[in-house]
Amino acid sequence: MLSLLIALPLIGALAVMLLPSHPGDALPKWSALAFSIATLIGGAVVGIANADTGETWSETHTWIAPIGAHWALAVDGLGVTMVLLTVILVPVVIAASWHDADDRNTKGFFALMLVVEALALAVFCAQDVFLFYLVFEATLIPAYFLIGSYGHGPRRTAAAVKFLLYMLAGGLVMLAAVVALYAFSAQTGHASYLIDDLKGLSLTTNQERMVFIGFFLAFAIKAPIFPFHTWLPDTTGNATPGTSVLLICVLDKIGTYGMLRFCLELFPGASHWATPVVVTLALISIVYGALLALGQDDLLVLTGLTSLSHFGFIVLGIFVVNDQGVSGATFYMFNHGLATAVLFLAAGYLIKRTGTARLSQMGGVEKKAPVLAALLLLGGLGTLGLPGLSPFVSEFLVMLGAFQHHWWVGTIAVSGIVLAAAYVLRAYRLAVTGPERPELAGVAEVGKREIAAIAPLIALMILLGFAPQLALSVINPASDHTMSSIEAATIESGAQK
Amino acid sequence: MTTFQSPHLGYDLIWPLLLVLGAACVGIVVEAFVPRAWRYVTQVLLTLTTLAVAFGGTIFVATGLDSRGHGAAHGAVVAEGSVAIDGPAVFAWGLLLIVAFFGVLLFAERHLDGGVSAFSGQAAVLPGTDAERRVGERGLEHTEVYPLLLFAVGGMLLFAAANDLLTLFVALEVLSLPLYLLTGLARRRRLLSQEAAMKYFLLGAFSSGFLLYGIALVYGYAGTVRFGGIADAIANTSGQRGLLLAGIGLLSVGLLFKVGAVPFQAWTPDVYQGAPTPVTAFMAAGTKVAAFVAMLRLFSVAFGGERWTWLPMLWAIALLTMVIGAVLAVAQTDVKRMLAYSSIAHTGFVLTGILGTGASLGDDQIGATQAVLFYLVTYGLMTLGAFAVLTLVRDAAGESGELRGWAGLARTSPVVAAVFSLFLLSLAGLPFTAGFTGKWVVFASAMSGGAWPVVVAAVLTSAMAAFFYIRVIVLMYFSEPVAGGPAVAVPSILTSATIAVTAVATVVLGVVPGPVLDLAAHAGDFIR
Repeated sequence: MLSLLIALPLIGALAVMLLPSHPGDALPKWSALAFSIATLIGGAVVGIANADTGETWSETHTWIAPIGAHWALAVDGLGVTMVLLTVILVPVVIAASWHDADDRNTKGFFALMLVVEALALAVFCAQDVFLFYLVFEATLIPAYFLIGSYGHGPRRTAAAVKFLLYMLAGGLVMLAAVVALYAFSAQTGHASYLIDDLKGLSLTTNQERMVFIGFFLAFAIKAPIFPFHTWLPDTTGNATPGTSVLLICVLDKIGTYGMLRFCLELFPGASHWATPVVVTLALISIVYGALLALGQDDLLVLTGLTSLSHFGFIVLGIFVVNDQGVSGATFYMFNHGLATAVLFLAAGYLIKRTGTARLSQMGGVEKKAPVLAALLLLGGLGTLGLPGLSPFVSEFLVMLGAFQHHWWVGTIAVSGIVLAAAYVLRAYRLAVTGPERPELAGVAEVGKREIAAIAPLIALMILLGFAPQLALSVINPASDHTMSSIEAATIESGAQK
Repeated sequence: MTTFQSPHLGYDLIWPLLLVLGAACVGIVVEAFVPRAWRYVTQVLLTLTTLAVAFGGTIFVATGLDSRGHGAAHGAVVAEGSVAIDGPAVFAWGLLLIVAFFGVLLFAERHLDGGVSAFSGQAAVLPGTDAERRVGERGLEHTEVYPLLLFAVGGMLLFAAANDLLTLFVALEVLSLPLYLLTGLARRRRLLSQEAAMKYFLLGAFSSGFLLYGIALVYGYAGTVRFGGIADAIANTSGQRGLLLAGIGLLSVGLLFKVGAVPFQAWTPDVYQGAPTPVTAFMAAGTKVAAFVAMLRLFSVAFGGERWTWLPMLWAIALLTMVIGAVLAVAQTDVKRMLAYSSIAHTGFVLTGILGTGASLGDDQIGATQAVLFYLVTYGLMTLGAFAVLTLVRDAAGESGELRGWAGLARTSPVVAAVFSLFLLSLAGLPFTAGFTGKWVVFASAMSGGAWPVVVAAVLTSAMAAFFYIRVIVLMYFSEPVAGGPAVAVPSILTSATIAVTAVATVVLGVVPGPVLDLAAHAGDFIR
């Protein structure tokens, strides 16, 4: 079943590429949308079954026997959350990016998006470290072409190369750690990359820490947190808003997902050891990202930088290592996806109309395009964590976890929330309010397609804002499981001392 | 009176090797007696048939080996102890014959350059003279290249199976001399080609001298040239150790020169660039396969007991080779030269795999021999493919490797650009390509040997190397085509088949490497 879910967008990508089409023909777009909606339905089935019966749809086949790799897929609460985020965002992005590639190879644009979706789903379902690593690295190729070939910024080629090299560097360091895991596992006489088998591996403290560092570096670059974030502003400033949504809201979640799935579950001792450093980096990211966003003039870069701050929150929630923190971080990953997608796409609509991404050259379109302004505001309010919208709940949980960890950690994190209000409202004020500008007189209201694309995300934010238990009931069992495995490991290491 | 005992050669095991050498001799006779008009067809058919039959023979020999030998090593030492036909040897034979087969297809390509091959019409005429022009008008071509290639292949086969130092030396010369000649036979840019041949010959002869000196010293230490005998002498710690250490050092120089490791890499870029591209493709893939298998055999069979004297040296050389190869590749502006430097970096990766030699392994854990053999398969095939694509991009002066000219190639020739990108991504080691699996196994081997600092350096170098591979993709896909740039020539079925097969292999070895990995594991250890 999960293999089918992954195959569906891949088949879609192939179909889109093979379809006969003429310039201006909308058939490839419609079929891409159809396949992404079919995937959404599949993902929903997986999610509902998991919530109702705890069904994990697991499947395990030996793939490359000599190196212990398996085609092993399964979803738990964490995986389901990420799968749902992916399948929800992709159709939205396709619908919102309808005309973004009209002047280029349209088929390629939508096919690449579907490839990204398939690989992301495979990443979130993989139960084998080798398989995870392969698909994790493979996401770079479509992402690279999406930025480099279809980006709208003037420096898109440089941005694409920078993105790729950053990711490859992180990924290759992780490769060394993945290979080391094989060497340790093979010493037991039976090489296996299955996560369940690796959990039983007894590593020395030094081995565990080395491997942990390899994994963590890759995830910290992906997620990104300070000081590995410098690719982020370049990428979001040059990619199309739709591509940015796929990158920041879906693919970058692999980083935080990986921290939960691998760093915490496989190397609990080392995670515990690294907590002071990681928490410090997360706090720096929260404050530094917010300050950078506060002074940023490019709306798309600004949106990217707000994510730096948010990834700081997520990483903080993960590494304070308590129930509230971990389940809050998982929920945060989902909500950040929703809110940031709204912000990116609404910003994209606005930029398309004004012809510039510079806040200093915008303003005064509130009366001409009130709905557009409202969309932008809703995305902003979600981002700053307004009560009643779902990001508030997760931010609150992470803050609880942070204060429980240490009061000063919580205090510094709170400043991030205050700064968030400041940068969102500043951006909104500069972008749409103020006196009308003669050069922006031609700005039109958003169309039905554009509203329809974003509306489901806003509805979800409101729904989960008032009924967060819908999501938390799926997430909590998984985070409890993570926490209990960590507690067991800490007790074990305490007993050894 | 002592009776004469005829040496036991083991014809049943070495006949594929003898067949190749025999066919090379027949090729020379063909050259003398077959009319000019028929030579091309005769030579190509003869060479391809020989290689195909030898390949079949190798499989036949390989299936018969399982019952022989002992422990993890199966095979037999034949020809009075000078040749070892064991798992790694037949594995290398199979790979070499495949590489040579597709190399011949590239040699025989005549569609790209207006009905003539990539080789000079008459090597003896001076470049730029009337004589050369007349040769061009008459449409002469050298068909001696096919027997020369067969001799080189024969040398490579023997090199990979050599079990004593003298056979090693003879094999090295048999494989090298034809390559020196082939390097100088380019039809276009003949001065560059001849200069490359000269450099290759002089430096190669020099390195052979080192090798021979090393052989003499090791003989002085052990009193024998047999690998097994040397290992016994080391085990008994008989003889003067100084001789042995100096001998190992000098032998290493000779072998590291052949694989193009730093600091003996200087010839690689010039020779790879100057040689006719089909020769470069064959040489880059074939020589490395043969030399690495020979080196593994020498180090693990003869010098296995002295592991801790040569392993640290290899650590340093592997590191230097990767870093210097990658750093210099970044600065290249010619695709062919860039691939040459990239092959230096890849030499470093193979050396990384060798670092796992002698590690204590769990059941079924991937060992150094298996890792190196698998890497050589992936490297050999993708290198062959990448150079084959290089022959297609041409302007009025022949092949155009100038990086600037490749801008926007994806617009004008999407298929060629896509295939070349595949090879580049594989060389860079991205997932789902052969290059990734290859990297993974050599790193796993080195990690088992405790060489994790080298592995970390290797992954960082890979990231650096990715930059220059990706740069070519950026040029092809994201840049506007330049006016008057090179165009893609339409090849015949020969080159197309080579590119297609290597491209498919690159993907298959990335997605389902299991069978080939099993085959490499089945090759087992070297026999003594």
